[in-house]
Amino acid sequence: MGGNRLQFRDPARAAAMAEMLEHLVQEIGRDSVSVMHVCGSHEQAIARFGLRAIFPRKLEVIMGPGCPVCVTDMPEVDEAVALAEAGVRIATYGDMLRVPGTARSLADAQAAGAKIDVVYSVAQAAQLAANLDEELVFFASGFETTAVATAALLLSAPPANFSILSAHKYIPPVMEIVAEMPQTRVEGFLAAGHAATITGCAIFERFVERHGIPVVVAGFEPLDILAGLAKLLELIRDRRAEVANMYPRCVRREGNRRAQEVLWKVFRPVGGRWRGIAHVPNGNLRLRDEWSRFDARRRFKIDVSRLWDYAPPSLAQSCICGDIMAGIASPSACPLFSKECVPDNPVGACMVSSEGTCRIWHQYGGQLDLRQS
Amino acid sequence: MSASRIAADAKVMLKHGAGGRAMRELIQQVFVGDAKAPADGGIGLAAMDDGAALRVGDEWLVMTTDSYVVKPPFFPGGDIGRLAVSGTVNDLSMMGATEIAALTCAVIIEEGFPRADLERIKASISAACAEAGTAIVTGDTKVMGRGEIDGIVLNTAGVAFTRRVVPDCGLRLGDQIIVTGTIGDHGLAVMALRHSLELEGELFSDVAPLNGLIRRALEAGGDGVVAMKDPTRGGLASALHEMAEKSRVGIVLQASRIPVNPGVQATGELLGIDPMHAANEGKAVLGVRPDAAASVLAALRSHPLGRQAEIVGSCVAQRPGFVILDTGFGLRLLAEPEGELLPRIC
Repeated sequence: MGGNRLQFRDPARAAAMAEMLEHLVQEIGRDSVSVMHVCGSHEQAIARFGLRAIFPRKLEVIMGPGCPVCVTDMPEVDEAVALAEAGVRIATYGDMLRVPGTARSLADAQAAGAKIDVVYSVAQAAQLAANLDEELVFFASGFETTAVATAALLLSAPPANFSILSAHKYIPPVMEIVAEMPQTRVEGFLAAGHAATITGCAIFERFVERHGIPVVVAGFEPLDILAGLAKLLELIRDRRAEVANMYPRCVRREGNRRAQEVLWKVFRPVGGRWRGIAHVPNGNLRLRDEWSRFDARRRFKIDVSRLWDYAPPSLAQSCICGDIMAGIASPSACPLFSKECVPDNPVGACMVSSEGTCRIWHQYGGQLDLRQS
Repeated sequence: MSASRIAADAKVMLKHGAGGRAMRELIQQVFVGDAKAPADGGIGLAAMDDGAALRVGDEWLVMTTDSYVVKPPFFPGGDIGRLAVSGTVNDLSMMGATEIAALTCAVIIEEGFPRADLERIKASISAACAEAGTAIVTGDTKVMGRGEIDGIVLNTAGVAFTRRVVPDCGLRLGDQIIVTGTIGDHGLAVMALRHSLELEGELFSDVAPLNGLIRRALEAGGDGVVAMKDPTRGGLASALHEMAEKSRVGIVLQASRIPVNPGVQATGELLGIDPMHAANEGKAVLGVRPDAAASVLAALRSHPLGRQAEIVGSCVAQRPGFVILDTGFGLRLLAEPEGELLPRIC
């Protein structure tokens, strides 16, 4: 490789950018500035490289509802559990197994004898179905990035015994919800680069206009994130509500048209609850009528009512996952965090997934500051 | 975690063998119980060290035992035979006992196991013993029915004598942490093979007996070498956690100084596995007093197995029991792996 290789992991440049962030926060001149990102991969990168330790003290970088597993609502898990307990074989991602439903998780159902397969992709699930004589339901989770993969698979003529129980979610509408929450302190959004690769950054233009809050699309290397934050602070300082693309090596204004066609050919946005947050208009992706033969909700009669006779376990009542995902509280404010609630034995959904805020903070120590200890 | 939540967890799971906290808790609760330390000031079960040390005359008799299962039994850079000798020699060496008196070897074989493979494993055991300057002096062989065991299991035990025992709990503030070479090689070589990743440039296990290397470090550093551990299952992260916890110090690591082969780094990124969580079978971590660090480092680097040795961190008063990683960008905790290492989903 040549000496001029582009480096996205350059500690010296990162230190210079951290200084720039400090300077921008000073210029804004308030006691605190809060921005939100909506992506587990952003939080992973921030935590893994220890970036929180170099963020200005007056800058709060909040992880919003950016973990698709975590925002899968209890009734959606209940549908999968009810199907599994009725004897239908379920395939899903490993993280989905331990997400708590009203009474039970899929892992509980599995321990009691239900047929559940962990797969790495929707394609693997379809392949599994092709080799089976029975029905296979793929319990699908993920944002628009993953939903495109599910859609593409349905367009490729999957086996007749294969169907989808969609818990797919769509990010842009939930940003509106968070921006409108009365307690919200969010002054700018860092949008996920990989999702914007598909949707394009123009999708945020209306949001920016309506809410007067800037949005910056950023990538996932340390310098990508720092540059994204610097741009966002600049926009906040100048009171400019704009969309900025700081990930131009992957993201275009109009996005990936072909992927969008595939996505909307198969899915339609409908309103639905996101766990712990709110009802999100157009936040859930469900199969269009033309694909009803692959829709598990139409192929099976799913009866979840008998799962609702249970009182939720007492620990779950003190879980504050909802506030954490809405950006109102941080994991360290939860009385269960890293005590009763650990990755081995999660109480709330944010400790289940490797993309969950609590799981990431548990693993990497959150805002690690040796000066305080 | 409350007692009631542990009791609900009433089955032994794979995570209990993964070398991390779950394993240490299981051993503590089931096997160690209220075991007392030996009256002669030696090291027994309660210390949960790499081996035991018993007073014999004016010397210490150090002993250890370990069982070996690895899928597949042959891998780039070694095989289960070399692993079984190296693992036990290294456990003894980490106690400061580098003159290995003798080893034992027990073999449990599944019906149908190819005899040629068995002979290959035996040849590898002999070669590794020759490298370590020791020999197998007694053994045992069992054959079990097909499906009752997976291929082959080896157990080795070893004894060695030393005048000074090095525990894994002797760290103090300011002590320097040295690793003897690149980390994660064994774990990621085996993982890449298991997931049949087709990579440019193969990865090789680092499996090797370390008594010669450690002897050189102890000759150079003397009493200045205060703690040693071989970062096998659970990797460098688990070994350092255990040392930090037992010594009640914090350890701050400089990520840029930790040697990692580029192929290991790339494979780790691909699989979503941190090389610091992956097993090593030919590396050691040493805790050294500041004034001995330079001479120990030079001695390690003078040995073929220690050419890439580095000082990677030091002990601090903050956060006792924790390992803190300075990534070059900022600080974060280096957690122990929880459960089996699994490649990521996407």
